[in-house]
Amino acid sequence: MAEGTNSLWGAAWRRLRRNRAAVAAMGVLAGLLLASLLGPMLSAYALDQVDWSLSPLSSPPSFANGHWFGTDSNGRDLFVRVWRGTQVSLLVALLATAVSLVIGVAWGATAGYLGGRVDDWMMRFVDVLYALPYMFFVIILTVVFGRSLFLIFLAIGAVGWLTMARIVRGQALALRHRAFVDAAIALGLPSHRIIARHIVPNVLGTVIVYATLTVPQVILFESFLSFLGLGVQEPLTSLGRLVAEGALEMETAPWQLLVPSAVLALILLCLNFLGDGLRDALDPRQH
Amino acid sequence: MLGYALRRLLSLVPTLFLIVTAAFFLMRLAPGGPFDEEQAVPAEITANLQAAYGLDQPVLVQYGNYLAGLLHGDLGPSFKMKDFTVAELIARGLPVTLSIGTAALLLAVALGVPLGLLAARRQNGWIDHAVMAVALAGIAVPNFVVAPVLALSFGIGLGWLPVAGWESGSVRHMVLPVVTLALPFIAYVARLTRGSLLEVLQSPYIRTARAKGVGSGAILRRHALKPTILPVVSFLGPATAALLTGSLVVEQVFGLPGIGRYFVQGAVNRDYTLVMGMVIFYAALILLLNLLVDLLYGWLDPRIRHG
Repeated sequence: MAEGTNSLWGAAWRRLRRNRAAVAAMGVLAGLLLASLLGPMLSAYALDQVDWSLSPLSSPPSFANGHWFGTDSNGRDLFVRVWRGTQVSLLVALLATAVSLVIGVAWGATAGYLGGRVDDWMMRFVDVLYALPYMFFVIILTVVFGRSLFLIFLAIGAVGWLTMARIVRGQALALRHRAFVDAAIALGLPSHRIIARHIVPNVLGTVIVYATLTVPQVILFESFLSFLGLGVQEPLTSLGRLVAEGALEMETAPWQLLVPSAVLALILLCLNFLGDGLRDALDPRQH
Repeated sequence: MLGYALRRLLSLVPTLFLIVTAAFFLMRLAPGGPFDEEQAVPAEITANLQAAYGLDQPVLVQYGNYLAGLLHGDLGPSFKMKDFTVAELIARGLPVTLSIGTAALLLAVALGVPLGLLAARRQNGWIDHAVMAVALAGIAVPNFVVAPVLALSFGIGLGWLPVAGWESGSVRHMVLPVVTLALPFIAYVARLTRGSLLEVLQSPYIRTARAKGVGSGAILRRHALKPTILPVVSFLGPATAALLTGSLVVEQVFGLPGIGRYFVQGAVNRDYTLVMGMVIFYAALILLLNLLVDLLYGWLDPRIRHG
């Protein structure tokens, strides 16, 4: 970041810190991240280890037998499974967001800066993809290419960039007639350099805000897919998978549903608060 | 108005054509054939199967045949559910999906709009805060969490309502799925309505009405209501798409025989023709519903159709 922009980011940071909901959300998220990384190490059990000493195998949360969140119907420790699932959900979310960020910013900035017929065609393409809900695209991609973890975040990222492209394009369209862009053109810079050096840095604030709002969406996507049995496959697990498995046993073992649901809801809520806070901090004009 | 409607209807054709083409060739990219089984099958049987489904012909001929079939409403056979064509499965599931979807949409508007109006009228009062808190929860908690929790509390805990099945559309069986489906939309519509009314009440013509001495109830009914619900109407387009996505989960959890169920089954079994046909159908449905919403919007706001 150049020195001149320090004050802008500094001011944004000050505004963000004043927003109590956003600060609390950041704290809770940091705590959850730490728990998901350290939690599995604290327990005496492994991810797919069956505790045969239990009878029945499905045990409610208990300090006596060391299963702090209880066990699932196969006697596997839920404390370990929930935190490992959280890790997978967060990992997929971050990677898929990164994929959609790169494609979306590049696509939108190019379309917006070049304008004219190129812009028309590029955005027409986005419109066509928009006709179908994301979820259906991701499901087609999982049908065609299989269901590995890698492909899931690739598939989600590959369709998640549409909104990002639209937002960035709108901003780039406004930027391309500004004086500093004219100056860069006059200096003879090629288009791709202007896009990289002058357009993209100026849309970064909006991009960060939208990326924070994309992360919870992707977590939802992944959970949704896993819930339907199309997402993360055994032996790995994710929050969505755990919720789906818990839903099957909710009559006899409600903790199996409630624990992963609570973690999932907490993550989504906090990310939404943080996203709202960032939007207010980085773009005060909207309010 | 009729010309506008026709123009918009025609503009759907290229979009749909692109989606069909993309879906068709994407499915051909898939590694492995549709008849790859766990155990080895004699080569003649595979060849016969390929011939029966026309898979031995060049891809472009297959594509042409598929397009020709589409014009007759024929989406081809299902590869995994051997006795059914894709069109038959859609015909069976569509009434279920449409009834819960329509009911959820009506519920969302019938509850969301009044709640939003109420919250805006008492801005920053306790009703406002309560409605907005519930709305936030309704947006943040995903439907695949809400569905089992509702089933657990109202179905199993209290025993008031059945938790699964359809029973040819009895109202008791529809309550839980429809409420689950509608909750996030009630929340969203309430937020939209609140924000929109607050904005409309700032406009000069409302101030004029106030200056004339028109009561606040009459201002709301006569002047503010119509512009306030415009954003809600334009949300109905994306909402129908999101409702169809949501019904994938709801049909699964409550065991309803809708098209979402067949679609997910097709995806799990990697039933290419079923998934492809369903996606094309979904796309056509969503495009048409969006068009209807746009027409409704144009009717409410004449600036759009002459723009």
